[in-house]
Amino acid sequence: MIVNQFLVVAAALFSLGVYGLLVRRNAVMVLLAVELMLNAVNLNLIAFESVLRTPEALGQIFAIFVITVAAAEVGIGLAIILLIFRNRRSANVDDFNLMKL
Amino acid sequence: MNPLVLAAEEGAEHAVELAAGGAATQWAGLMLVSPFVAFLLIIWLGKNMKYKGGEFAVAAMGLNLVIATILFFQNAQGGILNDTHIFEIGRIGLFEGRDLVFELGWMVDGLSIMMYWVVAFVGLLVFIYALGYMHGDVRVTMFFASFSLFAGAMLILVGAPNLIQLIIGWEGVGLASYLLIGHYWEDLDNVRSGNKAFLTNKVADVGLILGAIFLGMGIGDFRFTHINEAAAAGEAGLQTVAVAGALLMFLGAMGKSAQFPLHIWLPDAMAGPTPVSALMHAATMVTAGVYLMARLFPVYQYMAGEAEILGGIITVRGLMVGIGAITLLAMGLLALVANDLKKVLAYSTVSQLGYMMTAVAAGGYTAGLFHLFTHAFFKALLFLGAGSVIHAVHSNNMTDMGGLRKDMPHTFRTFIIGSLALAGIIPLAGFWSKDEILATLDYEGYTFVFWVAVAGAFVTAFYMTRAIALTFFGTYKGHGHPHESPTIMTGPLWVLAVPSVIAGFLNVPGLEFGSFHNFTTWLAARVVPLGDHHPEAPDWGLAAIGLGAAVLGIALGWLVFGRDADTQEARDRLEIPVLYPLLRAKYFMDHIAWAIVGFTMGPAARAMNWVNTYILDGIVNGVGAITMALGRFVYGGVDQRGIDGFFNGVAMASDAAGSAMRKLQTGRVQQYAAGFMVGALVLVAAVAIFR
Repeated sequence: MIVNQFLVVAAALFSLGVYGLLVRRNAVMVLLAVELMLNAVNLNLIAFESVLRTPEALGQIFAIFVITVAAAEVGIGLAIILLIFRNRRSANVDDFNLMKL
Repeated sequence: MNPLVLAAEEGAEHAVELAAGGAATQWAGLMLVSPFVAFLLIIWLGKNMKYKGGEFAVAAMGLNLVIATILFFQNAQGGILNDTHIFEIGRIGLFEGRDLVFELGWMVDGLSIMMYWVVAFVGLLVFIYALGYMHGDVRVTMFFASFSLFAGAMLILVGAPNLIQLIIGWEGVGLASYLLIGHYWEDLDNVRSGNKAFLTNKVADVGLILGAIFLGMGIGDFRFTHINEAAAAGEAGLQTVAVAGALLMFLGAMGKSAQFPLHIWLPDAMAGPTPVSALMHAATMVTAGVYLMARLFPVYQYMAGEAEILGGIITVRGLMVGIGAITLLAMGLLALVANDLKKVLAYSTVSQLGYMMTAVAAGGYTAGLFHLFTHAFFKALLFLGAGSVIHAVHSNNMTDMGGLRKDMPHTFRTFIIGSLALAGIIPLAGFWSKDEILATLDYEGYTFVFWVAVAGAFVTAFYMTRAIALTFFGTYKGHGHPHESPTIMTGPLWVLAVPSVIAGFLNVPGLEFGSFHNFTTWLAARVVPLGDHHPEAPDWGLAAIGLGAAVLGIALGWLVFGRDADTQEARDRLEIPVLYPLLRAKYFMDHIAWAIVGFTMGPAARAMNWVNTYILDGIVNGVGAITMALGRFVYGGVDQRGIDGFFNGVAMASDAAGSAMRKLQTGRVQQYAAGFMVGALVLVAAVAIFR
């Protein structure tokens, strides 16, 4: 089985995610871009697992963990964005400079 | 068991063996410590107690008396003790290949047991007396603390197994003496008396310390036993060292035992409270010099005694006997004109110390020490009696006394007993000890000194008769109505009166009490033979001469003063031209001492001041200026610029770096993310290129 096409798709997906992360100003869209990058990683994990066939199916289990963590992350991330939106009336990432001391 | 070499070669029938010490000799060390424990307790707790801390002093002395009495009887009745307990404290250093070690400990032999017992017995009685005498005084706690300090230092002195510990005790009693003479320091005269005593003793102490260095270094050991053994062995190489050491030691003894011309401090020392005069300046402390002579007796007997000094004019022994003889007669004469009751007794003490010194110097080891032993009792008794009188009359001057025999019967009777013992009336203690000194002088061939001593006995009886006549007879001339002292004061008087009467029988030649050894036997028994003379039986001819002088003195004294001591005629009768003014001026000794101090110390002090101001201060100031300049350089150049500059630079660099870096912290998530991406790309590129 040739794994390259999966890797190409995953790389494209990851690049889309990076683009979205750096360029989009809406916080929700940024979060979605992060999801895209995670899914690109998942795709890589599954693809390598299908080639290597480890006895414990490590790649798939790891992918499931990533999905679980991603779901939790989206939950927390959306909650943060919602709270910031309530306080600032804006979901624009450029307005969020709270991480500056 | 050491084979005992008895002191008296003739007294071979007294052959006794030295016994190894029992438990009591172990406990003897407690005597040297307990007064210091009492001293600390008095300072700590004394103020709040009923007798202001005197309880502790009495308790310590009571314990000491128990131990000393056990030793005394063990020694006199059983085997003669000869035990030394020594603890090495540390090495002093090397001298000519020998280790000089610093040791402390205690000796238990006849001589030290005798001194222990005298100090503990007289000390306890004087302490008890002082509870009454010092009651209501300004500084009772201070008094008892200093007094305990004295007792401890004195016991350290007499228990010392080596010269170094002896010096420690010696200086300790000097310090206590200074503190107690100046007890009433509100009066400048008392402070001056204390200073005079301290400084006069210091002059002598130079001799003691140098002598100790000479003997200790020359013989290679500071222990008395070794010094005495070396002296008895008579190595010719040690002759010079021994003579120098012996003379310097004698100088030390002259100061502490108030021998002419260093006696000037003792009469002034009467400024202290009377119990102090009784215990320190009569019974114990001033006998330390005689004790030292006795402790080092073999050095004088075998090595130094016959050496000629001062270009062959006189031998060491001759010098010592001469000084003792001058002291015993000249100082006795001074007691004739003193008006202060305590000064009469003080001059009497100096005179009796002259007897002891003469005897020990002439070779009468036992004779001198026996007089020390008996003198301690009756002179302490006389001083305490004088204190009792002073307590009642509130004055030291005999012109304020008179007629006290009815008002103070106990004081009067004990004072009479003490005076008779001092005068040497048979069968009281002083008779036997003075007789033994006369016998020694006669045997050793000091005929002139013998007659001086007889004259001294006459003078002693004479001035004591005068003192009693002025104090207890005639009419009362003071203020108020005198009362007998309380029992706490008269009790010790009566207790002291007992040995004043009977102590003489301890050493009647040829008299033994069953298993109880003669004083001579247990005192003189030493591993190192002493080689002094002991008569087999009393020489009644000599005794009659001494007794005759004493009786003549009393009779003449009574004729002159008995009926009208307090009248002007009696005083006029004494005013013999030349002699009376000379005695009143105390032979001008104080003036001479002042002149010596003024003419030698004055210019010396000025010279030292000049040296100090211009040379030493110059050096010190120069060093100071250099140090300051150096300091300024170090501060300005090294510290401010170098070290501070470095640290400031580090801080500024950190600050600048921080300022630059904080611009990166925009707080914008996407810029951070971009940073991540760039970093990740760089890492990937690096891996791709350098793999």
